[in-house]
Amino acid sequence: MLTIATGNKAVAAAVRQANPAVIAAYPITPQTEIVEQMAEYVTAGELKSRYIPVESEHSAMAACIGASITGVRTFTATSSHGLLYMHEMINWAAGARLPIVMANVNRALGPGWNVWAEHTDAFQERDTGWLQVFVSTVQEAYDATLMAFRIAEHNDVLLPVMVNLDGFTLSHIMQSLETVNPGDFIPPLHLPHAIDPAHPAGYGTLTGPDDYFKFRWDIERSMRDSVKVIRETEQDFADRFGRSYGMTEEYRCEDADVVVIAMGTLGKEAEVAIDLLRKEGIRAGSMRIRWLRPFPTLDLAGRDVVVIDRDYSFGFGGILAQSLKAKHRCEPYSVIAGLGGQEVTYDDIAGFIRDRKPGEEYWFGVKA
Amino acid sequence: MTEIPKEEYVLKCTSACAGCSSSLILRYVLKAAGPDTVLVIPACCTSVIQGIYPNTAMNVPIYNVAFAAAAACASGMSEAFQSAGKKTNVIVYAGDGGTVDIGIQALSGAFERKTDFLYICYDNEAYGNTGMQRSGSTPIGARTTTTPGGKTHSKKDLDGIVAAHDPPYMATACSAYPQDLFKKVQKALSIRGPKFLHILAPCPPGWRYSSEKTIEMGKLAVKSGMWILYEREYGKVTINGPSKAAMIKPVPVEDYISVQGRFKGISKEALESLKSQAERNAKRLSLEEKGIC
Ligand SMILES: Cc1ncc(C[n+]2csc(CCOP(=O)(O)OP(=O)(O)O)c2C)c(N)n1
Ligand code: SF4
Ligand SMILES: [Mg+2]
Repeated sequence: MLTIATGNKAVAAAVRQANPAVIAAYPITPQTEIVEQMAEYVTAGELKSRYIPVESEHSAMAACIGASITGVRTFTATSSHGLLYMHEMINWAAGARLPIVMANVNRALGPGWNVWAEHTDAFQERDTGWLQVFVSTVQEAYDATLMAFRIAEHNDVLLPVMVNLDGFTLSHIMQSLETVNPGDFIPPLHLPHAIDPAHPAGYGTLTGPDDYFKFRWDIERSMRDSVKVIRETEQDFADRFGRSYGMTEEYRCEDADVVVIAMGTLGKEAEVAIDLLRKEGIRAGSMRIRWLRPFPTLDLAGRDVVVIDRDYSFGFGGILAQSLKAKHRCEPYSVIAGLGGQEVTYDDIAGFIRDRKPGEEYWFGVKA
Repeated sequence: MTEIPKEEYVLKCTSACAGCSSSLILRYVLKAAGPDTVLVIPACCTSVIQGIYPNTAMNVPIYNVAFAAAAACASGMSEAFQSAGKKTNVIVYAGDGGTVDIGIQALSGAFERKTDFLYICYDNEAYGNTGMQRSGSTPIGARTTTTPGGKTHSKKDLDGIVAAHDPPYMATACSAYPQDLFKKVQKALSIRGPKFLHILAPCPPGWRYSSEKTIEMGKLAVKSGMWILYEREYGKVTINGPSKAAMIKPVPVEDYISVQGRFKGISKEALESLKSQAERNAKRLSLEEKGIC
């Protein structure tokens, strides 16, 4: 069905169709619309989920963990300070191998209070064992949320998935949305290690170094296996519903001498910049990284690389630029832009590409 | 009548909604506290009311801090001022969500450690900052954006929880009784140790009444017995005048409920629960005042 919706409403529509047994909810701008919409569905009887209005995000994730280990589907949504407040439990969810799905509406971190888009919140959770996908349109927010449940719950993965969408520039803007009838696209959840009093076991028991080490390797093995599961899921989604995205969405990259790499809405905005540059005769392309974890492999050989980071690791650099440098041995022009909701237009992005200085870091809008 | 100072510490450039009683409360709190005061404010409406950087609408320093952290942050600040030999008032000004929900652990810790500070919870009975979701302090039957069918659980007994920490001074107040409020803040700040004020803050957009009725709403809360003004000083309870009068001749709870859009279509059971809770509170406090508990 074709409708129009905000990014938040699109996520809520997908979650409704995934029909989780338990939803834990705590408000925070700019995510609140998602948990409000879930409350509406539940109150109207359109969704049979148990809705737990917890007293904090730490409890939101803990409630999802308690529910998930019984073998049922769970969902929560958060943003920024909420995400960081649940940090301990985020690690716990992955370590306990629970296929929880969470929407995170990317927002800057205080102080000062700032409710606008930035990716540092999600990037600070990058080493926790969660899969993380970043979306760029309302449609993609919906599609990725449906796929997130299937990927998380696949028995070769069994890791939680975070669906990231930019605060306001995606969460609150309206675009067209084609909803689908998922049918059996998301199979019933089978959690092999679900709590079962008929088979008593200790969960999270005191664990010695050798076993602990093995469990960590297990997480990494599943993270590597998830690449195949993501591809299969995307392929099946494309076959059924006609839309696909890829680990990284490439735009006019085939013959590109220079590629710009960004995430979220800025990654989409970059496509407009590419069209502008192509008209000027500059052979530019765009790679929008969708999956931060598992981190993608890109073909960057022989090209100039411009990376836009809407995040930062103080004393180190733009996290995406530095990750690409480490993984691909490239010398990117590292642009730091859009922190705290700073406006970045396609003209600005075209400028970054034109004026690139490989190997240097540039803070957009900061006068030297 | 107590002389309320003319000095203003809440300037006329806040971004509060029309008829906001939480900013009105803060006005009287700061008049009572005076200029040697630091406010510690967790995420709440007051984070917005104070204005946008580089401006501030308050004439005392404000330390904004993360949602769950106010009482713990104030603990550090209070100890630091003491170590420097300063007598600066440390006042937490927090919403109900930042107090009864996410902030309750920090609050409990600070009170158990007998921190020298004043904790004020202004209670608009929902999460105002994020657009009126339910909190643990939302009354049963009230509609919020996360309880569109009316809340199904009762308001948390915050005062009971704080009383269990046996602070030297705690009291309730209401924006519609500024003299009473002013005196309670002064008294609280004259005592060493952890002090607590729980202040009802009617909120036009959240409770859904028109903004000019904000004082009337606070008066109705007290007159109907839905909000009881009292103090607990070193364990001894005193019920204050307006609530004494209300206990003798209360206005019907319906008079308070029916003028607020948030209670529209409230179920019989929820209404009964509100009424019986109000009666139980009055009875319990009266017995405590008489020394019977
Ligand atoms: C860890 C964390 N979770 C959520 C939020 C979002 N948030 C900011 S203020 C607020 C509600 C505040 O409600 P209350 O304490 O009652 O104060 P009021 O806004 O009503 O004045 C919420 C949920 C946040 N800032 N930090
Ligand atoms: S929502 Fe209520 S408490 Fe918040 S500023 Fe507006 S009137 Fe005041
Ligand atoms: Mg509140």
